[in-house]
Amino acid sequence: MIELLVVAVGGGIGAAARFVVDGEIRSRHSGGFPWGTFVVNVVGSFLIGVFSTLFFALMRFGVSADTATVLQLAVTVGLCGGFTTFSTATVESVRLAQSGRMHLAVANTLGTLMITVTAAGLGVAVGRLFG
Amino acid sequence: MTRAPHRDWRYVGLVALGGAGGSVARYLLSIWAGVLLTPLTILFPSTAETVLWFPIGTLVVNVVGALALGYLLEALSRRGRETVRRRKIRLGIGTGVLGGFTTYSALALETQRLLVDVSAWLALLYVVLTLVGGTAACLGGIAIAARADQRRKRR
Repeated sequence: MIELLVVAVGGGIGAAARFVVDGEIRSRHSGGFPWGTFVVNVVGSFLIGVFSTLFFALMRFGVSADTATVLQLAVTVGLCGGFTTFSTATVESVRLAQSGRMHLAVANTLGTLMITVTAAGLGVAVGRLFG
Repeated sequence: MTRAPHRDWRYVGLVALGGAGGSVARYLLSIWAGVLLTPLTILFPSTAETVLWFPIGTLVVNVVGALALGYLLEALSRRGRETVRRRKIRLGIGTGVLGGFTTYSALALETQRLLVDVSAWLALLYVVLTLVGGTAACLGGIAIAARADQRRKRR
């Protein structure tokens, strides 16, 4: 039950943060490329990489396994999961393709994937440095 | 001039509420989705250990969410001008629930783990199924909304 609660709280904060960050970026870049969603997804993927090592770091500081599991769930599945989004990224690519900007659609689809996977790997490496 | 929605705390709260619900649904569905792999582990017992690494939960969530968001945004835009009520639906259900339901961070971390720890082929299968499946589902959702709209207008 506590698991559902922390995922809800983390996911709510993450989604609200995505909405604000995306809106702020959108108001500064009115061009064709959906930079807001792109930035949110790259940052969130880096963070989930860092937080994926949180469990071991917390255990080392004497936090119980149960507490560490719940905290990690809150920030990875909740916060990072709610912050990032696949559905919006997909709709934005499809809309770029429908408006005839196929190269931007492909760049958004493949570019987001490759850069987020790299960011997640970097995050894991950074997390291990501190963990 | 009215304030942009993302600077209006009532809309931000609506997105948070939707995001909380969508995230819980994603969590529950991704736990449950593991059973979809069970038939494969019975059919191919020798590969069971590799098969169970496959992130089927995130795949299902993201493809379903892409279909739903494609449908929702197309249906709303076909209704015409955005009223306050339609904006609440778009932000609460679209940005909140469906944005929180689907995830890119899990997709990125799972792909990275498959690449490094399991198999590059499984990682490739995962990203191809997600991107092709997600795009096709989104187009499907848009087509369903377009069809429903034409039927509505004929009446």
